Amino acid sequence: MQFNGFRVIWEGLTGHKGWKPLWRDPEPQPEYDIIIVGGGGHGLATAYYLANTFNELKVAVLEKGWLGSGNIGRNTTIIRSNYLLPGNEPFYEFSMKLWEGLEQEFNFNAMVSQRGILNLCHSDGQRDAFRRRGNAMRLAGADAELLDQDAVRAMYPALNIDNARFPIKGGLLQRRAGTARHDGVAWGYARGADRKGVDLIQNCEVTGFRIDAGRIKGVETSRGYIGAKKVGVAVAGSSGRVMAHAGMRLPIESHVLQAFVSEGLKPVIDGVITFGAGHFYVSQSDKGGLVFGGDIDGYNSYAQRGNLPVIEDVAEGGMAILPMLGRARLLRAWGGVMDMSMDGSPIIDKTHIDGLYLNAGWCYGGFKATPASGYAFAHLLSTGRPHETATQMRLDRFARGYPIDEKGAGAQPNLH
Amino acid sequence: MTRISGGLIDRSRTLSFTFEGKRYEGHPGDTLASALMANGVRLVGRSFKYHRPRGIFAAGSEEPNALVTLRSGARAEPNTRATTIELYDGLEAVSQNRWPSLAFDALGVNDLASPFFAAGFYYKTFMWPKAFWEKLYEPLIRRAAGLGALGGEPDPDAYDKGFLHCDLLIIGGGATGLAAALTAGRAGASVILADEDMRLGGRLLMESHALNDAPAVDWVQGIEAELESLPNVRILRRTTIFGSFDHGIFGALERVGDHLLRPETVRQTLWRITAKRSILAAGATERHIPFASNDRPGILLGGALRAYVNRWGVTPQAKDSDRIAIFTDNDDGHRTAIDLVAKGIPVLAVIDAREDAQRLGEYQLYKGATVTGTQGRLGLSSIDITQNGLTRTLECAVLGVSGGWNPNLHLASHHRGRPVWSQAHSAFLPPEDLPQGMAVAGAAAGHGSTHAALRSGAQIAAQLSECKPAELPLAEDAPHRQTPLWHVPGKTRAWVDFQNDVTVKDIALAHRENMRPVEHLKRWTTLGMATDQGKTANVTALAVMAELTGKTIAQTGTTIFRPPYTPVALGALGGGDSGVHFRPTRLTPTHPFAVQRGAPFVEVGQWLRAQYFPLKGETHWRESVDREVLAVRSGVGLCDVTTLGKIDVQGTDAGDFLNRIYCNAMASLKVGKVRYGLMLREDGFAYDDGTCARLGEQHYVVTTTTANAGLVYRQMEFARQCLWPDLDVQLISTTDAWAQIAVAGPKSRELLSRVVEADLSNEAFPFMACAETRVCGLRARLFRISFSGELAYEIAVPTRYGNALMARLMEVGADLGVTPYGTEALGVLRIEKGHATGAELNGQASAQMLGMGRMVSTKKDSIGAVMSRREGLMADTRRLVGLMPQDPQARILAGGHLFAPEAERKTETDLGWVTSACWSPHLNSYIALGFLTDGEARLGETVIVANPLEGDEAPCKIVSPHFIDPEGGRLRD
Amino acid sequence: MLIPHPLLGLRDAQEFTYLGDASLLNRPDTGTDADPEAFFAYTHLRDNPAGVHRELWFHEQGDRSWLVVTRNTLTHEILGAELASDVKRGLA
Repeated sequence: MQFNGFRVIWEGLTGHKGWKPLWRDPEPQPEYDIIIVGGGGHGLATAYYLANTFNELKVAVLEKGWLGSGNIGRNTTIIRSNYLLPGNEPFYEFSMKLWEGLEQEFNFNAMVSQRGILNLCHSDGQRDAFRRRGNAMRLAGADAELLDQDAVRAMYPALNIDNARFPIKGGLLQRRAGTARHDGVAWGYARGADRKGVDLIQNCEVTGFRIDAGRIKGVETSRGYIGAKKVGVAVAGSSGRVMAHAGMRLPIESHVLQAFVSEGLKPVIDGVITFGAGHFYVSQSDKGGLVFGGDIDGYNSYAQRGNLPVIEDVAEGGMAILPMLGRARLLRAWGGVMDMSMDGSPIIDKTHIDGLYLNAGWCYGGFKATPASGYAFAHLLSTGRPHETATQMRLDRFARGYPIDEKGAGAQPNLH
Repeated sequence: MTRISGGLIDRSRTLSFTFEGKRYEGHPGDTLASALMANGVRLVGRSFKYHRPRGIFAAGSEEPNALVTLRSGARAEPNTRATTIELYDGLEAVSQNRWPSLAFDALGVNDLASPFFAAGFYYKTFMWPKAFWEKLYEPLIRRAAGLGALGGEPDPDAYDKGFLHCDLLIIGGGATGLAAALTAGRAGASVILADEDMRLGGRLLMESHALNDAPAVDWVQGIEAELESLPNVRILRRTTIFGSFDHGIFGALERVGDHLLRPETVRQTLWRITAKRSILAAGATERHIPFASNDRPGILLGGALRAYVNRWGVTPQAKDSDRIAIFTDNDDGHRTAIDLVAKGIPVLAVIDAREDAQRLGEYQLYKGATVTGTQGRLGLSSIDITQNGLTRTLECAVLGVSGGWNPNLHLASHHRGRPVWSQAHSAFLPPEDLPQGMAVAGAAAGHGSTHAALRSGAQIAAQLSECKPAELPLAEDAPHRQTPLWHVPGKTRAWVDFQNDVTVKDIALAHRENMRPVEHLKRWTTLGMATDQGKTANVTALAVMAELTGKTIAQTGTTIFRPPYTPVALGALGGGDSGVHFRPTRLTPTHPFAVQRGAPFVEVGQWLRAQYFPLKGETHWRESVDREVLAVRSGVGLCDVTTLGKIDVQGTDAGDFLNRIYCNAMASLKVGKVRYGLMLREDGFAYDDGTCARLGEQHYVVTTTTANAGLVYRQMEFARQCLWPDLDVQLISTTDAWAQIAVAGPKSRELLSRVVEADLSNEAFPFMACAETRVCGLRARLFRISFSGELAYEIAVPTRYGNALMARLMEVGADLGVTPYGTEALGVLRIEKGHATGAELNGQASAQMLGMGRMVSTKKDSIGAVMSRREGLMADTRRLVGLMPQDPQARILAGGHLFAPEAERKTETDLGWVTSACWSPHLNSYIALGFLTDGEARLGETVIVANPLEGDEAPCKIVSPHFIDPEGGRLRD
Repeated sequence: MLIPHPLLGLRDAQEFTYLGDASLLNRPDTGTDADPEAFFAYTHLRDNPAGVHRELWFHEQGDRSWLVVTRNTLTHEILGAELASDVKRGLA
């Protein structure tokens, strides 16, 4: 079924009797060519591109809970390609280009909205670092602008520029960045994959891998054994747990990141703003809620919830740059489990087990990467070769000394 | 007017307020909701999606409909529930999400178009043409969306934060909480009793039941008085425990000044309460029953209707003769009718869906009947009652709906414990795995009767406090009798979630489209996402979905709760330390001197440092900075460098320890000498640099960069305690103990010899010497080290004398032209000399890149040495180089990227970047430092500094990073 | 969170700075001929358990002790805390 405005009107006039399930609930088949473990954003996107772009015919996604229940279901919806390093920036810019045509491609309105992201700077040193980054973006074909204080003031008059502990000196603006409706992305990919014949199997937890002579044979699941020629794991947040079934230890720790949404308000913040001297970023959803967040809590956690000090810290950051926020109310706080990698950058690679592939380590930046991650992982799974924008996202880069360390924080995950 | 007798309002005093600009009157004890009701105001708000007219639906914080913007201007509080606003004199409130007026809202047209606005419709359209989403559709949606508006000005109110500790936190001050507090308080436990309401009593204030044959409020006041008298009990009224966090920590919001025209002190206080044990006694929230057109003003929860009658002496009638009906599936609904009859209010009927319903009072009962329709544009005028297939329409202005009660178990589920469905209670009960130290009592645990609630509160408190339960009053103990009716089937829209306009049809559509898991249902329909977080909707929606799928509610699933219980102002969470108080400010010892000299200051981490010291007549910062730089190069300058981290290292193994900390050797350093040191991270990249001075056999002083002072100290303590605890070494940070002033320039020796009581000749105190000495009679430390490349010293005195030392040096050096210099000149001087700072030591650089590869000793183990020899680090040919523009006036900016002259400007051909740049007054040229691929091999070649971001490019010659005195002769003279 | 400091009693976790897995105590003891593989594993690979985790916290706003805290990463329940120097010396 094709979605469009006429269809919505027709169904509205005829009592919505004609809508069909967005996807099937198939029983698992005995064997697939490719199994994707994890029905979050990256897993669903991978399945979609495998079926749609790489013409893989027998693909299944196995999801422990409900589709989109990974971090795609709880994030702050920002899309951007404002990275610094050559190992990252071309990949994220590829992702941005995929975002730009995504909805028409999979016929689902994921509300991709290029409202711009403004990173505020508060010192000459920060401005210099932004200039280096902005130039790196431009060199990779992305857009970037360096704003001075007046331009920032004109763009967001409500910002506290003058009476601030760390006065705002300017900012780095990427106009093509913005937000997308996170659930819509998951559902768009899921529906698109289903329409191409991918089996999306919910409530199916992978409990082990069957490996024979260094080669993957299939997966053990809560719904029985399922054979597979290749298995791609995309379970960010639980990567360590799942790959332990294959005897692997990863350069990853699981951490909790909290995020927040306010009550619905009339439009007050047009794009995304990030505070450079505290841990705070904010945007406003189409429904009116301010969506904001800050730093991770900082300790290893799978609890999917955080603690009060970080909530206060984030709110302090918000009050510091937007003192009008004092009268807005926090409606909901939630915590997601992040794959925090040792250099702050992701892994899309083969493993030492033939046919077992890993997509992991997205830290708190996985949402914006969803299209490129899916595409690059599908490319790797189908062709055996890394996608040209993901050649540095290797598992062995840590041992060999080729980290992709945007922050220069070293092998301490909670600093990235 | 619909004020009736009774209630807990103070009729002797009148409060004046406005709603929609119109003036009304109420009494102390009123909420805005009860006061509006008393004035016959029925239409209070508009719904989110369809802009349907809405009235007051509840009597507490679960209110989905009656949202207003309270106050105005910078104090405007959007989305405030009229049901929780305590009336005060001069209160102003306006409705929201309507235009041009509440009674006539143009976007009410959305309601007519509602067939096209079904659940998830926006995912299916607005995709063509592509550009229209951002240019047309989305702007329209955004304008229509949102509820109230922020004032847009800085919040003018003050907020406070505090910490409280107790043996027992009791959440909720109703019957259960009071019984628990009495029990634990009498036993001597330290108790905090918190309630979101303005007064204690909970549902006891809203019911007509007697306790010990007297009005319940008498008992409440007696207990309250006793609790007030106990020094170990603290009562927090107007305080919401909004979140349960780890290890017995709770977040609490006390609304200190929200019931006043202006706060007297702070508006709100955020308490962090640490409780050894807690009792959740938060009561229950009533459900409604969805039926056709069930959202009109005048339709409200049965329990809320009873609350308005009993506590506030008011009804939602427009006039006294208006008739009130009750629709229920349980006995509790009948109570409302009984109370109404007792007050002489005309009751049309009780419509009970149960075939076996019993009449419990003097009113007409329709058994096995349902409400199947309503009429009335801006307020209810009549209802359709269907019984035995027969429908009759009866005039009726108010309808109370009672669908049973959901325990308020939210906080019990904040640690992700899943509520458990109980068929007997027709409700979810608290999870098995409760937060640490928590117990749940009273209606929150499913004990619905007053007697059961009292008993449960007292018993649990007695268990926790190991004492006897308090003596309890006689109270009603009616059984829970309900046959749940989850919705009345029909073709017309029946609302489940009022605020977000989610109807039974939307749930059916979600079911048809296979959005059946609870989380899909919520996200597809936006159920429970409104400001009330679905308090009156979620369980009902789940039950409707269960019915559609043919599963039980338990099989269909549940949803957990997350903080906050009710929305919390960001001002309270983040306030108190806003504006310039966002972070602490650290001042250098010579701050008064710099202020006196009119220096502008720059934030360096938490420090404020003087940027430069302008002289009269200087009109541009560059003038001052150039002058300061040249003064250092030709005379003598003074700069406060206290902010550099200082760590004292002592012990018999101090040298061995520092050998392991620095990549270069330190144990071999002679007493009275200083050595430059480079620290690596364990992953092999450069971490921090500084000097290491050996003041005695077992005594070293280490300096760090300003930014890393705390981090290096932490890392050194890690090495000391976690890696090598058997070494005899002790560490202490002395950054704040010593004021340190750099005295730099060819005349620095002459200046210092006037105040230092020691021989400063080159022979006695050569380059890289250090000593403990005296200056102006003070204990002092002197180091002959140089960041500027000139003959230079750093002198340290106890911090409190730093400003005086600066003044003395200025005084005694006046004839030498002594010049104070700030961070800007410091930066120029170090770039001219090619010293690295944070711009180069950015965590991404290796020792090799910095030109210090050979410093990493292979003769000893040190942190990071092994990993610094990884393939990728060794193969990296980027090196720190100097850059001189071909045109000396061509401004180079840090952050430009480096390219071979003919190369295309793109990622693949990028050769590096500029780390630091400045105007060098000494060289009369812009100069820069940068990391360049094959940097060493390219010395003498030309490279382009490209800055596509700002559209400029400059060809530069690649030179040594040491622009000044590369042989170091000036340092050693 | 509250951390039971072995010397100071229950302290708010906000006084502490977190580092990570207590395996960081076990730096390969190499002298100068180190095994790069062992160092790679030490610096980069983690068990990252969903359950009981021994981890390092620094009492930065307190007595500057490094502690080994045993904590459940699924529930955040804390099962114990020792001085890291005692653990390293084999005393705890």
